[in-house]
Amino acid sequence: MLKINNYWKYKLEENRKKNQVNNSTINNESFEKLKNQLSEWEKNILEPWVNKSNQSTNQNTTFDDEIKTIYTPLDSADYSNQYFPGSYPFTRGPYPDMYRGKKWTMRMFSGFGTPNDTNKRLKYLVKQGQTGLSIAFDMPTLYGYDADNERCAGEVGKCGCNISSLKDMEILLDGIPLDKVSTSMTINAPASVLTAMYATVAKKNNIQINTLRGTVQTDILKEYIAQKEWAYPPDAHMRIIKDMMEYCTKEMPNWNYISISGYHIREAGSNAVQELAFTLANGFTYLELGQQAGLKIEKFAPRLSFFFNCCMNFCEEIAKFRAARRIWATVLKEKYGVKDKRSLLLRFHTQTSGASLTWQQPMNNIIRTTIEALAGVLGGTQSLHTNSYDEAWALPTEDAVKIALRTQQIIAEETGVTATADPLGGSYYIEWLTDKMEEQAYQYFDKIDSMGGVVNAIKNGYLQKEIAETAYKTQLKIEKDQDIIVGVNKYNEKEDKPIDTLRVDLKAQEIQIKRLKKIKNERNNNKVKESLERLRKAYSNENENCMYPTIEAVNSYATLQEIIDIGRDVFGEWTEPSIF
Amino acid sequence: MSSKKKIRILVAKPGLDAHDRGVLVLCRALRDAGMEVIYSGLLPTPQKVAQIAIDEDVDAIALSSHNGAHLTAFPEVKKQLESKGINDIAIIGGGIIPEEDKNELENQGISGNFGPGTSMETIIDHINKSVKK
Repeated sequence: MLKINNYWKYKLEENRKKNQVNNSTINNESFEKLKNQLSEWEKNILEPWVNKSNQSTNQNTTFDDEIKTIYTPLDSADYSNQYFPGSYPFTRGPYPDMYRGKKWTMRMFSGFGTPNDTNKRLKYLVKQGQTGLSIAFDMPTLYGYDADNERCAGEVGKCGCNISSLKDMEILLDGIPLDKVSTSMTINAPASVLTAMYATVAKKNNIQINTLRGTVQTDILKEYIAQKEWAYPPDAHMRIIKDMMEYCTKEMPNWNYISISGYHIREAGSNAVQELAFTLANGFTYLELGQQAGLKIEKFAPRLSFFFNCCMNFCEEIAKFRAARRIWATVLKEKYGVKDKRSLLLRFHTQTSGASLTWQQPMNNIIRTTIEALAGVLGGTQSLHTNSYDEAWALPTEDAVKIALRTQQIIAEETGVTATADPLGGSYYIEWLTDKMEEQAYQYFDKIDSMGGVVNAIKNGYLQKEIAETAYKTQLKIEKDQDIIVGVNKYNEKEDKPIDTLRVDLKAQEIQIKRLKKIKNERNNNKVKESLERLRKAYSNENENCMYPTIEAVNSYATLQEIIDIGRDVFGEWTEPSIF
Repeated sequence: MSSKKKIRILVAKPGLDAHDRGVLVLCRALRDAGMEVIYSGLLPTPQKVAQIAIDEDVDAIALSSHNGAHLTAFPEVKKQLESKGINDIAIIGGGIIPEEDKNELENQGISGNFGPGTSMETIIDHINKSVKK
């Protein structure tokens, strides 16, 4: 471990020094020669040429005017110590043979309507060859309100599956072999409750919970920063996550209890560097939270996984993934003193960008998703969700989902990009971009730390404002036709309704309310009350792990909202600082 | 010299919907276009939206929905205003609104109902016209 007062400043200084000397893979003599050749080429070949033709502007990029016409060995730092995937600092991939050995997991996110509806869709996807499940929940579930709450009018089952109690989870997972599949659940504020429900359903099916494989998102920091679905103030949620880390490390060792997510940060309008930097900064914060729970990083770091967005700037995205792996490994080793190799690996899931999909000419979205998915694969993703072309309109139809899954299968089976690890490694441009991403991320880490860390940078609104600022700039570029979106501000045409879309009717709400009523009548209400009181005590006492009473409450068929309301009582609610 | 009053507009996402990228961009664009913008903050109920509109004495309300609750949440704001005898606030909708729902919203007095990719200019024009009426 490096014993340095300000690690980020040290890294920035290290970078600055690197850029001053010949850091490339070539020797000094060749370096000087190349420098001369380059200036001659610029003078004699490039300049006369450029004068004759129009230069196109840069598209959808973080670095705008900084991008040069060509890159050479002069631009990329020495990467000769990172030629090998599966080896520190893992720039070229977390595993030695990458997709030659094992392809990425094709994990399509799905969920809508009642648990019965989503259960059917999950079974359909398994039949289509999908290798991992991923469940989306509706807004009431994400916020921890039951289907019968009046605030949920019109929202039940609309953009995900509704879960109001253990009963719903039993229906959702019916017939799914929990000992064989891995399940990812996109749930944050109520993650502890849904983990408890999943484990309880497994127990009821005589499956040992220490064998359960899956992921819950749980990343509350990016909720405050970007997605904005929380139940309590930051400190309360962080405490519950700490308890989850402790509980899962002990009882559910194969459960990935946090998926540190840049996806939503990007969708909220950030650029690639902000996505990278804010996500990794959140990651470091969770590492320190685990340490506070008395856990050794080596004990839990392998359970942390990441979730990134993949947008349209192909090269930039690939560089982002490579930089992410390198930064994580470097910082864990140098700043946190981690030695165990498994703990240094940054493994991630990728989803193609929802925000890049257009409402106009929606079939074009198939092409966008293909390009983004390919960048995810060339960036070395461990699993991938491809969006469907109709998702700017609504939740996807079955046919649209099938094309999205086929997109991945075509990349995996037909293109040959899986034949070698990190096929773009060594490209002067990709290597330069990777360095650039890394350097700018360090600048953000330094800035965030100077504010006292991520939680403070949330409370003072800094991170939210940074994203809103970039989102506004992006919109202005589109309005001025500086950024082109095909079908939106160029090549647009008048269209009647171009596609049929899925509609989730309001029946889901009726069904869910009816079921809730039945459960509340049939369950032992004394037991519910007792278990909720035990939970209240645990919430009020920081030294007690709240996961055990959460499981007890779930098991008594206390509803999701009844459980979350106890927390609302104890911790209070959260109002975000003014962003606008 | 023009003595035209600045348009006061409330921007809000009623219901359980936190997709706020669009509204935050819209708030700035409307402000840059010379309007007085009030942003409701996240997760107001339709009742709360109506109350803020009355308290702030706005000329218009821009409502956004991205999760399919527009047919429930938008008309509810209108109803809440009407129950307090307010009929002169223009209500403009936007977000992910299927084509076939637009007429229904229009019939209920919610105009615009702009989908993704709409330029800020189009929205600003529409607000200017709606308020003049």
